Amino acid sequence: MLGIVRQRVSSVPTLQRMLYASKSFSSAAKEMTVRDALNSALDEEMSADPKVFLMGEEVGDYQGAYKITKGLLEKYGPQRVLDTPITEAGFAGIGVGAAYYGLRPVVEFMTFNFSMQAIDHIINSAAKSNYMSAGQISVPIVFRGPNGAAAGVGAQHSQCYAAWYGSCPGLKVLTPYSSEDARGLLKAAIRDPDPVVFLENELLYGESFPVSAEALNSDFCLPIGKAKIEREGKDLTITAYSKMVGHALKAAEVLAKEGISAEVINLLSIRPLDRAAINASVRKTNRLVTVEEAFSQNGVGAEICASVVEESFEYLDAPVERIAGADVPMPYAANLERMAVPQVDDIVRAAKRTCFRSV
Amino acid sequence: MSSSTFSSSINAIKPCFCTTKNHSLNPSSIPTSSFFGSTHKLRYNPLTANSPSFFKKNRQTHIVAVSDVKQKQQQLKSTPSLGNLLITKEEGLEVYEDMILGRSFEDMCAQMYYRGKMFGFVHLYNGQEAVSSGFIKLLKKQDTVVSTYRDHVHALSKGVPARQVMSELFGKTTGCVRGQGGSMHMFSKEHNLIGGFAFIGEGIPIATGTAFTSKYNREVLKQADCDHVTVAFFGDGTCNNGQFFECLNMAALWKLPIVFVVENNLWAIGMSHLRATSDPEIWKKGPAFGMPGVHVDGMDVLKVREVAKEAVERARRGDGPTLVECETYRFRGHSLADPDELRDPSEKAHYAARDPITALKKYLIENKLASEAELKAIEKKIDELVEEAVEFADASPHPARNQLLQNVFADPKGFGIGPDGKYRCEDPKFTEGTAHV
Repeated sequence: MLGIVRQRVSSVPTLQRMLYASKSFSSAAKEMTVRDALNSALDEEMSADPKVFLMGEEVGDYQGAYKITKGLLEKYGPQRVLDTPITEAGFAGIGVGAAYYGLRPVVEFMTFNFSMQAIDHIINSAAKSNYMSAGQISVPIVFRGPNGAAAGVGAQHSQCYAAWYGSCPGLKVLTPYSSEDARGLLKAAIRDPDPVVFLENELLYGESFPVSAEALNSDFCLPIGKAKIEREGKDLTITAYSKMVGHALKAAEVLAKEGISAEVINLLSIRPLDRAAINASVRKTNRLVTVEEAFSQNGVGAEICASVVEESFEYLDAPVERIAGADVPMPYAANLERMAVPQVDDIVRAAKRTCFRSV
Repeated sequence: MSSSTFSSSINAIKPCFCTTKNHSLNPSSIPTSSFFGSTHKLRYNPLTANSPSFFKKNRQTHIVAVSDVKQKQQQLKSTPSLGNLLITKEEGLEVYEDMILGRSFEDMCAQMYYRGKMFGFVHLYNGQEAVSSGFIKLLKKQDTVVSTYRDHVHALSKGVPARQVMSELFGKTTGCVRGQGGSMHMFSKEHNLIGGFAFIGEGIPIATGTAFTSKYNREVLKQADCDHVTVAFFGDGTCNNGQFFECLNMAALWKLPIVFVVENNLWAIGMSHLRATSDPEIWKKGPAFGMPGVHVDGMDVLKVREVAKEAVERARRGDGPTLVECETYRFRGHSLADPDELRDPSEKAHYAARDPITALKKYLIENKLASEAELKAIEKKIDELVEEAVEFADASPHPARNQLLQNVFADPKGFGIGPDGKYRCEDPKFTEGTAHV
């Protein structure tokens, strides 16, 4: 992997860290939305490597359905930013074929729900190819787009696909949360020689996060397969990915006021899953709550629970709690939709249950 | 290919692009403005692709223009006093009322959306009413309509009450699917409205399936009176999707009672049809699969109705599918979240001048089928209906908590038995703990 790789251990501003920060960087922390982070990552990768090209519906003239690819058509021209017809199976397949011969496509799905029309290519043509060809063919492709629930968009636009893609060997599955995550992981994904499924979240696009100066460096990459401890704690571990990291952090704040110190792990990488970090954390805190927006059966939380039970059973002081989305297709009515997606209260309640406090 | 069976239904061999301006069977006089794209370098020229000699080749061309009957009436149109009207007074008023309902309803949706009463993705149908009214008003109650996310007006035309559609958009429990679906997922078993599908192209195989069922009922289950027809509506962007072609093939192969209606409004969000399609003439794709392909001016409800009559009758007789391309236009953006910046204002003005409602109104008045007063009364009635629908929706309750778990399985016991021995889905407290269900 090219580029500078930094191990991100903690973003908690301890005094030590602040001193370190003030030594290295003189300017105040810059804020960036996830949308700008993704846009800048794409821009930089496209300018660094002429083999990188974008493909998807409305990525060019319309500036991107969610404006992630804004300005890229003007900068790189219609041969590198391709507006496709509405045919996911077709253009995903074209992308995979291009990747077989060394180009580096970044295929955008308007939402990952539409990737179901192309899933044959993602799994069968992209993920399995390196194996089936005994290493002769590598597929340096990135499939990206918003994943999971948005607001009031109904059952066919709200499913989370992390578990589906995460169960497939040959694919790398990434789920950024903050702007730094988005930038670092997208750059790493584009430079990676394997197919990467990059799951963003529509509701995070507009959120601003502080970015360090090194994250603005055009070679900034995050390692694939490493989770990040967003908040250190000692009483229990909460794992989450994508939008749920925000909820978990808020829950940790609430818990802190009640005397429970929660450690929040931002998974970042669903496949390969950072089992080492999760287990190390559980061995420290002895309790685990997994949070995800997706359906619970066969989900990411289930995999984490299995991993912890296999490797750190003796360290567990309480059963693992799994918070997931309701086991129903997403309803449209606003009050029902709220009930179908985990809220901060659910995480707090589950945390208290693990700590044997009354709810 | 059994080309001989189609010979009886072919009325004209040459293609015809119908516009309101002039009408001629000679392709060389076809005005190029019928495909008006804003990307100038891709301006489509029908002359290059459609020289008449091209069609006199080996295979029979199942390209049907507007029917002969219609063509004669076009010539008479300029002199209305000669009679031979296209529509009776009752039908005219029914269609007019339906189009006004569609228009007022969609305008009210826009207002309500900006007031925060409805949310998510809302796709409005303004400008395309002629297609919906032209086709659906000819159908029986048992005929099926399969739609896309732009389905409010299809639902209304098919007979779903406006108050139910409005409640659904507000997410209330009195909506046609009790608030579970929203704008993009309208279903009504009673009116045989199947969706609302959010995915492009998803409705086409479904529609082919309902047509298959109709034929199966008649031939295998021996329900002799089952001659139900399915009408599938979808857009121009869908015609580049694989499912479309797969279903054209199977529908023609098995002679299913279906009409494929392409609402070609030239734009898919911000992508012009001309930039996305190698051959933009969608009606030509019908004959490639062995079914008639028709192009009709979708801004003129009378022309649409004429073509629809033939296509629906064809399907009902058991002669198989038809592909109808309606050249139409949406006056608003793709959805209410779309700023609609890419479309050329002159293109929008061109089509705004061909507003189907104004055109029908003019026809009815000029041919003395209805007076201004009658039409005004209809408009007033519809306004009141839509306002009442909004009030009804506002006053309706939000869904109860236990609705979250209903209808996941047709088997109501799908969630199993809870620890208290009762069926989980029947226990309103099951949803306590929100996501922890």
